[in-house]
Amino acid sequence: MSDLSAIFGLLNADLSVAALGFWLHPAVILLVGAVLLPLVPARLRQVWMVLVPVLTFARILGMSKATFGEVQFLQFTLTFGRVDALSLVFAYIMGLMCILGTLYGLHVKRAVETTAAWIYVAGSLGAIFAGDLITLFLFWEVMALSSVFLIWFRGREESLAAGYRYLLVHMAGGVALLAGIMLHYRATGSMAFVGFDVAHPSTASYLIMVGFLLNAAVPPFHAWLPDAYGEATFNGSVFLCAFTTKTAVYALIRGFAGMEILVVLGVIMALYGVVYAVLENDSRRLLAYHIVSQVGYMVAGVGLGTELAINGACAHAFAHILYKGLLFMGCGSVLFMTGKSKFTELGGLYQKMPWTFLFTLVGGLSISAFPLFSGFVSKSMIVQAGFEDHKLWMAFLLMLASAGTFLHTGLKVPYFIWFGKNHCSKETWERAAEPTWNMMAAMALTAFLCIFIGCYTPYLYQMLPFPVEYHPYTSYHVSETLQILLFTALGFFLLLKKLTPEAKISFDLDWIYRKGGRAFLWLAKKPVQMLDTGVGELYRVAGLIPLMVSARLSAVFDNRVIDGAVDGLASTIRSLGNRLRGAQRGALQENLTMAFGVAAVLVLLFVWMF
Amino acid sequence: MNLLRFIEFLRRHLKTVVRLSLAVLALLVVADAVPALVDKHHAHTKLEHLPGFWAAFGFVACVVIVMVSKAFGHAGIMTREDYYDE
Repeated sequence: MSDLSAIFGLLNADLSVAALGFWLHPAVILLVGAVLLPLVPARLRQVWMVLVPVLTFARILGMSKATFGEVQFLQFTLTFGRVDALSLVFAYIMGLMCILGTLYGLHVKRAVETTAAWIYVAGSLGAIFAGDLITLFLFWEVMALSSVFLIWFRGREESLAAGYRYLLVHMAGGVALLAGIMLHYRATGSMAFVGFDVAHPSTASYLIMVGFLLNAAVPPFHAWLPDAYGEATFNGSVFLCAFTTKTAVYALIRGFAGMEILVVLGVIMALYGVVYAVLENDSRRLLAYHIVSQVGYMVAGVGLGTELAINGACAHAFAHILYKGLLFMGCGSVLFMTGKSKFTELGGLYQKMPWTFLFTLVGGLSISAFPLFSGFVSKSMIVQAGFEDHKLWMAFLLMLASAGTFLHTGLKVPYFIWFGKNHCSKETWERAAEPTWNMMAAMALTAFLCIFIGCYTPYLYQMLPFPVEYHPYTSYHVSETLQILLFTALGFFLLLKKLTPEAKISFDLDWIYRKGGRAFLWLAKKPVQMLDTGVGELYRVAGLIPLMVSARLSAVFDNRVIDGAVDGLASTIRSLGNRLRGAQRGALQENLTMAFGVAAVLVLLFVWMF
Repeated sequence: MNLLRFIEFLRRHLKTVVRLSLAVLALLVVADAVPALVDKHHAHTKLEHLPGFWAAFGFVACVVIVMVSKAFGHAGIMTREDYYDE
């Protein structure tokens, strides 16, 4: 028996391995796998791409609940492995999604795209198992810096800009988080990542919360999400939609369960996403707005802080990662095959991509909480917790938002892509077909899981941090849900004309920094121009004085020296920028990804050794 | 492809599908009024004891969301697609 466990012990027996002072963090498997991936020969690459996520997932399954990987660093104790019920349920779903997401992108030729995605997942796993704020911050930044490549690899000029904006916003959030951590340490002398005092929050805890809220895309810190996820690569969005916001939900549960203001923010989020989804014309941006909406349920659950609400937030995060991944896979398949993602450029595709339609519909029914689909058993826990806490306004507004969810994700997305008026150009129509086998397999597996969770509740419920005494399948709950959803559908078909997507974009709060950046540029440019014309003007006036020689000399000075310096500088910067932009599409990005991966491994090694 | 044939079958009989769907809607409301079928023991508020309360809620919610959002969008939130382009 002990021999057997020793054999399986490689992945499974924490105790014996930990006794030797070695504990294998699942993120390490992914990080090493990610860095080695581009070196793996092309014909073995797909095997590697299945093997590494499966090993990571197996490692997560084999973890026992305790604290591992404590490392002394300066005067701090870093804790890399706080394994408990809460971190395990999140790690489980992240590991599972990594397998599905990688399978979906198995055919992608450029290996570094997967490298970036895996480093991103490793960052998420690291943050989830982090027991102290320094480790949390470290992995938090790893996530931001690696995920931006999933946007840049799309290679469009817009994706480059969206990526920079994404990075900028996340760096700002990181700074808030870091400042909060510093203040918190000075006030309490502790770096432990445990629940903050939610009854009397300090400035430090507010700053930390802002860092978390930004990653959870809580308005007014949400505009980065649709901006970036609509612009990422077809499979980059599948990864993006799972990890950043849900790791932030985990961090909020750990740090701020029971914080009243989160209930209000959560409900605002849930409705905000719904309103913008009505206006949205790009399918993937619509799905992104529904992430904001769905994460709103989780944030509201965290704000309630009761056992049922926290269970609900975890369960909904779990279900959400799968169905949102599935929805992004469906719309990503359309984008991958046709190159289009806007409703006004698609339509009638059921003839070409019926299975993709069916899988996307399963995702849509799951997010809408249809009975027998995953959202039904998770979302209702949060609403129920609201009713039990006598927050009727919260419960009813969340019900309103769920009608909106079905309206858009369950009806608008499938209808206007696969049915409705056919807006496809001849080229789009010819390109449209079912995607590659691995994309179909990933969608089929994810769709199966969405239905499995909805039908067999113990699978999910047994993983939740608190014991579950909740039964979703009561006659009343089923009747209530079916009435809301099916009568929403009736409204949809009656209002179909009004709902026809328009080829427009909507202002959101990203306007502030998109236009604000331009105001800054204008300020920087205008004084330089004024100086230039001012000097020119001076010489012209001086030229009127009959000192023609000196005037001519001045003019020469102006033309050659001042103009030369100013314009020369400008053109040098411009040409440098252009060169960088060209390079960004190609090798530079790959090199950066690799450098980043190697650096992450080195930092971890360094911390381990000292 | 069987799935495609099935979808096209449904589309050919669209009238029947619509009639069946309307019948399901009506049945839902009727079932909601029969205590033996739907146990309202779990209802949270008095309002919910009205038969078909959630049906009305769903329909009104849908209309309100569409109307309010569209009004919001056309009040200046929606703009041309190349707005941010130089």
